[in-house]
Amino acid sequence: MEIIKTTHLTKVYSNNGLEVKAVNHIDLSIEEGEFTAIVGPSGSGKTTLLNMIGGLDDSTEGTVKIAGTNINSLSENELIDFRLKNIGFVFQAYNLIPVLTAKENVEFIMLLQGLSEKERKQRSEELLNHVGLTDKLDSRPNQLSGGEQQRVAVARALASKPSFILADEPTANLDSHSTSTLLDMMAEMNEKEKVTFLFSTHDQRVIDKARRVITIEDGKIIKDERR
Amino acid sequence: MKMIFKMAWRNIWRNKRRSIITISSIFFAVFFAVFARSFQIGVYNKMIANMVGMYTGYLQIHQNGFWEEQSIDNSFIPDQSVLDLLHDNKDITDFNERLESFALTASDNLTKGAIIMGVNLEKEDGLMDLSPKLISGEFPAHTSSSLLISEGLASYYNMSVGDSLILLGQGYHGASANGIFPVSGILKFPMPNLNDRLVLMPILAAQELYAAPERLTSLVLQIDKPEKLNKLKKYISKKLDLEKYELLDWKGLLPELVQTIQADNAGGVIIIGVLYMIISFGILGTLLMMTAERMREFGILISIGMRKSKLILTLIMESLFMGILASIIGISVVSPVRYYFNRNPIRLEDQAAESIEAFGFEPVIPASLDMDIAMNHAGIVLLIVLICTIYPIVTILRLKPVKAMRT
Ligand SMILES: Nc1ncnc2c1ncn2[C@@H]1O[C@H](COP(=O)(O)OP(=O)(O)OP(=O)(O)O)[C@@H](O)[C@H]1O
Ligand SMILES: [Mg+2]
Repeated sequence: MEIIKTTHLTKVYSNNGLEVKAVNHIDLSIEEGEFTAIVGPSGSGKTTLLNMIGGLDDSTEGTVKIAGTNINSLSENELIDFRLKNIGFVFQAYNLIPVLTAKENVEFIMLLQGLSEKERKQRSEELLNHVGLTDKLDSRPNQLSGGEQQRVAVARALASKPSFILADEPTANLDSHSTSTLLDMMAEMNEKEKVTFLFSTHDQRVIDKARRVITIEDGKIIKDERR
Repeated sequence: MKMIFKMAWRNIWRNKRRSIITISSIFFAVFFAVFARSFQIGVYNKMIANMVGMYTGYLQIHQNGFWEEQSIDNSFIPDQSVLDLLHDNKDITDFNERLESFALTASDNLTKGAIIMGVNLEKEDGLMDLSPKLISGEFPAHTSSSLLISEGLASYYNMSVGDSLILLGQGYHGASANGIFPVSGILKFPMPNLNDRLVLMPILAAQELYAAPERLTSLVLQIDKPEKLNKLKKYISKKLDLEKYELLDWKGLLPELVQTIQADNAGGVIIIGVLYMIISFGILGTLLMMTAERMREFGILISIGMRKSKLILTLIMESLFMGILASIIGISVVSPVRYYFNRNPIRLEDQAAESIEAFGFEPVIPASLDMDIAMNHAGIVLLIVLICTIYPIVTILRLKPVKAMRT
């Protein structure tokens, strides 16, 4: 099943009169269960593309369809609710709510979804187990390493049972050990539980783990390979 | 909701120092405002009690229209239902019947206008505190027709107890009201306008003089809990036939006092207003910093699916927590202080004391214990906090997640 479809997706920034096509007519289709990396040099438009796919930024032109819904036509609140239901986000860093513990951070998103306390507790513990943080349930983000924080972020993203997980350079701030731990974990979830991942990266080791690699340059797809 | 509560609470303690400074400043504002107002209101209450106890009482019932035209023709015979109403109310300790009018007094070749009050002297002693003012002679018996005259009047006529005074006036519906009455006592009032022209006589004698048997000009209610006045007034005016009677409280009876208080009050309100202004800027500053520091967090919360309205709710809760916490501390600290100064009022000294004592009043400033003062200021503080919270609210309403997260 097709989960993400962009059609002529375009973002134009104008910097003091100068137009920059950060994303230039991108047509992209992501199927359920993919493990896809968007790669490209700095400034090529990866972040801009992912933000539009995630409904965090408006497009100048073109549309984004997520699981059949054209998200460009949603109102602000509808879009927020849509994100809550369908998209799991992992950002580059400082993803977590600083005043909540790891477990509460994971629970928080389920709370927004209206799940019962019992379900929240059970699922958050399960997910944090899964990302190897059983002994850090009650730690606050500032008591966790960067890699541990990113693992909590992945657990949180999964907690809402989204259609896919969107991650913009999730390993950019991590050392190589944490990077491979996180990536192995993501790959395992993808394989065993068919969780769809779409992430951007600079990092060759991350690229090596991806099953599909889309290369963009100057806002255009220049290569799209599956392995 | 529990989680949102938890978040709000923890967010306050995220920047401990800043929150403590903010809470302390709010606390100080509440403390100072309540403290200052307690004394101000305390002074007013004391002033009111003094003035009211001098002459008017807190509440009076007249025939409708009497206050506009204070003539004996506007006197009335109270219905039994009115008397029952006053008898049956526990908040009314007693009520005094009065027949008041004017008359020309004369003795030898001198004359002078005077206020003639026909009263129940025993009851008036309770209200106007007459016994200590009696400088010579004695109170006339209820059924006698002797007079108590003020000291100013006595010295004007060079009179002493046992002499007689002529009264010339107009009685009910044009009857003539003339008579000659023995003086049985002399009263010294501290207020010149009473001391120069007041004549008291037993009400029966006054009713006879004015050809107005059983008639009264006013019923003066005595109450011992002035803080219940408004409730009592409302209650009585509901029961009273307002076509026939009018009900005036001290504000209606003593308009000059109301003006004096209002003028003085304005000064106090301005000082407290300035204080609140300063505090508002402090709170606003805190919220501005807090908002700037948390832009990324707000961006993430909205990105992962928190509606702006919910986020705003947490911020309002944070602000309210701080405001309520500070108010609670403020009120709990100020309450014993107020209580102390209520029990041990500040005693004025030297000139200030003398000028007050000259009017026969105690030169003390007791703090008011009125809980409304504390509640009002807690309310004001919460309102200020909420108004300042408009800034982060507007920021969030305008927030674009992508922009917020780039910071
Ligand atoms: N808010 C903005 N205003 C103007 N230009 C912008 C804005 N955001 C991005 N751009 C421009 O759009 C282009 C694409 O930026 P983008 O951040 O998407 O690149 P990227 O591939 O994510 O880069 P990096 O690998 O460094 O994160 C760049 O030329 C950038 O300068
Ligand atoms: Mg980027």
